[in-house]
Amino acid sequence: MAAAPAASLEDLTRGLWRENPVLVQMLGLCPTLAVTNSVANGIAMGVATLFVLLGSNVLVASLRTVIPKEVRITSYILIIATFVTTADFTLEALVPRIHAALGPFVALIVVNCIILGRAEAFASRVSVRRAALDAIGMGTGFTMVLLMMSGVREVLGSGTLLGMALFGGRFEPWVIMVLPPGGFLTLGIFLLLLAWRAERRQRVQEA
Amino acid sequence: MTTAHAHPSPAASAPGSGTPSWRLLTILSLSGALAGGLIVSAYRATLPPIEAHRAARVEAAIREVLKLPARWDTLYLDRGALTKRLPDGANPKAVERVFLGFDSNGNPVGAAITAGRPGFADIINLIFGLDPTSGTLLGMKVLTSKETPGLGDKIYRDSGFVRQFRGAVAPLKGVKDVSGKSQSEVAVITGATISSRTVIRIINEATARWQPLLQAYRAKATP
Repeated sequence: MAAAPAASLEDLTRGLWRENPVLVQMLGLCPTLAVTNSVANGIAMGVATLFVLLGSNVLVASLRTVIPKEVRITSYILIIATFVTTADFTLEALVPRIHAALGPFVALIVVNCIILGRAEAFASRVSVRRAALDAIGMGTGFTMVLLMMSGVREVLGSGTLLGMALFGGRFEPWVIMVLPPGGFLTLGIFLLLLAWRAERRQRVQEA
Repeated sequence: MTTAHAHPSPAASAPGSGTPSWRLLTILSLSGALAGGLIVSAYRATLPPIEAHRAARVEAAIREVLKLPARWDTLYLDRGALTKRLPDGANPKAVERVFLGFDSNGNPVGAAITAGRPGFADIINLIFGLDPTSGTLLGMKVLTSKETPGLGDKIYRDSGFVRQFRGAVAPLKGVKDVSGKSQSEVAVITGATISSRTVIRIINEATARWQPLLQAYRAKATP
């Protein structure tokens, strides 16, 4: 099972960009839209998801020969729910303000498709090491998108970055950016730019 | 669970196929027990800091709305009257209470009252300071709310709105423009009318309910 260094690197970097969970796989869109109205929320959500993803991927991979395939989804959900509940308590104990701001979305990490998707499609078939690398890559990729989204939305919608005022008192915040439509707009623009870039690349290749 | 046997899939030869029922049951029960154990220990480990945070938040709020009292008494509601002693056999977390603040000379400065009702989104919970004799408010602080970011959340982000409550006399009246004729006028926030009117309504309802109780308590304490 000793993976070649190149394969390890591939496991780690795949989730960052080329198979980014949000921008390419279109998974985990609910938290991406819901909690990205401030950078602090985005970071907390990203880190909590990374923690759950890493824990569940490692456990699913190490138990892959023990879990019978008839009850695998039940077992995965149980593993994921345990990690999420622990993360929920830990966040409330360590950073109560952010926990309050994230509201019900911490508990809803249980149903984040990224996590069950990686458990079922990847971690249940590979070594613990590869599953862990994959979780770190995918979790970081997810956090990155949350940061990009929340950065744009907080700066335009509140005129602040991580709570610090960026512009003078003259700046009138685009309130819509921190409301739900702002989430759809920002994500839509990101996806549009990516699709446009991919299309242009393909045209260059064909020419 | 046994239907898996009836549908032979391409992966039928994979390890784990055709697992006997007792094994499925054992594995599920064991993992359920293990998960339960983990969750309970995480809960027990994080409960003290979580409760400390909650208590600290309420304490800070009391200090804020009573303008830094030297100390305060917790008064519990027992059979329609306020009392310093927790009613016998009552769950200390379930009994309704107010906090009566005193200055450094032992004179009462007012009571901090928590109350809530549904706003635009979910319940708005707030705490406010009230001088029970005159009905004058000492301050207001929103404890929890899920009002719309950028609009409804101005009920605690907009310091101009929050400041109006200090010195206002209950029952309050929400108005578009303050005329200055009455000390009960509070200007509602444009774009957050429902949220700001809810704050006013919470304070009016809670004042109507607690002010007589507080006056009765004080009359009894200073005969």
